[in-house]
Amino acid sequence: SSQMWQVGKRQASRAFSLYANIDILRPYFDVEPVQVRARLLESMIPVKMINFPQKIAGELYGPLMLVFTLVAILLHGMKTSDTIIREGTLMGTAIGTCFGYWLGVSSFMYFLAYLCNAQITMVQMLSLLGYGLFGHCITLFVTYNIHFHSLFYIFWLVVGGLSTLRMVAVLVSRTVGHTQRLILCGTLAALHMLFLLYLHFAYHKVVEGILDTLEGPNMPPFQRVARDIPVVSNAVLNTTAKAIALTL
Amino acid sequence: FPGLADVSLPQDIPVEGEITVPVGSHSPDEDYSTLDEPVKDTIMRDLKAVGKKFVHVMYPRKSSALLRDWDLWGPLVLCVSLALMLQGGSADSKDDGGPQFAEVFVIIWFGAVVITLNSKLLGGTISFFQSLCVLGYCVLPLTVAMLVCRLVLLAGAGTISFIIRFLVVLAMFGWSTLASTAFLADSQPPNRKALVVYPIFLFYFVISWMILTFTPQ
Repeated sequence: SSQMWQVGKRQASRAFSLYANIDILRPYFDVEPVQVRARLLESMIPVKMINFPQKIAGELYGPLMLVFTLVAILLHGMKTSDTIIREGTLMGTAIGTCFGYWLGVSSFMYFLAYLCNAQITMVQMLSLLGYGLFGHCITLFVTYNIHFHSLFYIFWLVVGGLSTLRMVAVLVSRTVGHTQRLILCGTLAALHMLFLLYLHFAYHKVVEGILDTLEGPNMPPFQRVARDIPVVSNAVLNTTAKAIALTL
Repeated sequence: FPGLADVSLPQDIPVEGEITVPVGSHSPDEDYSTLDEPVKDTIMRDLKAVGKKFVHVMYPRKSSALLRDWDLWGPLVLCVSLALMLQGGSADSKDDGGPQFAEVFVIIWFGAVVITLNSKLLGGTISFFQSLCVLGYCVLPLTVAMLVCRLVLLAGAGTISFIIRFLVVLAMFGWSTLASTAFLADSQPPNRKALVVYPIFLFYFVISWMILTFTPQ
C-alpha cells in the first residue's frame, strides 16, 4: 500500500508541476513594501514629461491587492445600501465586477494599443490599470461612508481625474501620432471615470424617493433597486409630483 | 601490497554468530495494525490531533505542530459551522438560504488558496497545504465570535448589543490575524512580511465583516 501511495504521489506531483507551474508568475511578484507604497503614491501624480516613454513597472502584486481591496470595499457598500441580489451572491457580483473590469478593460486597452502602435505590454497594461484603481478605492471608501453627493462629485473629479491623468500621460508618452493618442486616451479616460460613477450609483443607499410612490403597483421586474435622486433636483421632483397628484 | 604480506588470518578461529538480522516489529506490521484497530481509536487519535491544534491557535506560540502535521479536518469543521451559523441572515430568507452557505464556504477556501499562492509567489518556504491548514485553523477565533454574536442577538438588537458585538468581533479579528501571522510570517524573507500580512488582514476582515453585519430573520 505504501508503494501505491508513492507511485500515485509521483504521478500527481508530475501533473501538478506541469499544469500548475506558478513559477511563471514569480518574477511579477518580486517587490518590496517600499516599492509598492511608492507606486501607490505615484499613481496619483501625473507625469509632466510626455515626450519620453515613461517607465511602467510590470508588477502584479500591487494591482492584485488593489482589486481585492476594491472587492472588500464594494461588499461594504452593498451591505450598507441593502442591495438585494436574487440571481447570484453578493460576493460573486463584487468579485465579478472588479476582476471583470481589471482584466477586461486591460485586454481591451491592450488590443487598442496594438492597433494604435503603442509600446506597451500586457503585463504593463494590467499593472497601470491596476494601480489606477487606487483612486477608486479611496473615493469609494470615503463616499460609501459619508453620503453626500457633492462630496462624491468632488472626489470623482479630483481623485479620479488625477489617476486618469497619470494613466493617460504614461500612455501618451508611449504613443506616436495625434489620432492614436486621442483614441487611446479618450477610451481609457472614459472607461475609468465611468466605472467609478457606476460603482458609486449602482450600490448607493436607496433613497425613499417620490419615484416609489409614483410607480407603486407598476414595479419593474428587475430586483436590484438602486435609484438615486440628487439633492438639488429632489425639491423640483417633489413639487412636480405634488402638482400631478393634485390634478389626478 | 608489500605491507600486507605478513598479515595472516589464523585458520582456527571459528566464525560464528547469527546470519539472519531480526526484523523489528515495525514497518509492515504497523501499517496493517492501524487498519485493524477499532474505529474509536482512529477517531480519537484524529480528534486529539485536531484539538491540540485548536489549543495552539488559541495560544499562539512559536511552535511547529500546526505546520508539521497539517490536516484539513479542523478547517473543514470550522468552515462548515461558520457557514451554518451565517445562514439565513438576509432580508429574504426564502430565497437566500442556499447561496449564503455556499458563499461563505467559497470565500473561505478561495481566499485561503489566494493567500497561499500569494505567499508562495513572494518566495515563501511553506507548502500549499500547510498554509491552507494554518489559515483554516485561525478561523477559530472568528467562529467563537460568531457564536457570541448569535447569543447576544438573542437578547436583542439594539445599540448596546451592536457595540458588544463590534468589540468582540474586533478582538477576535485581531487575534486571528496575529495567530496566522505568527505562523506564516516566519516562512517569508524578513523585509517582505508586510506583503504577506496584508492579504491575510483583508481575508479576515471580510469574514469579520460578514459576521458583524449578520442580522437574523
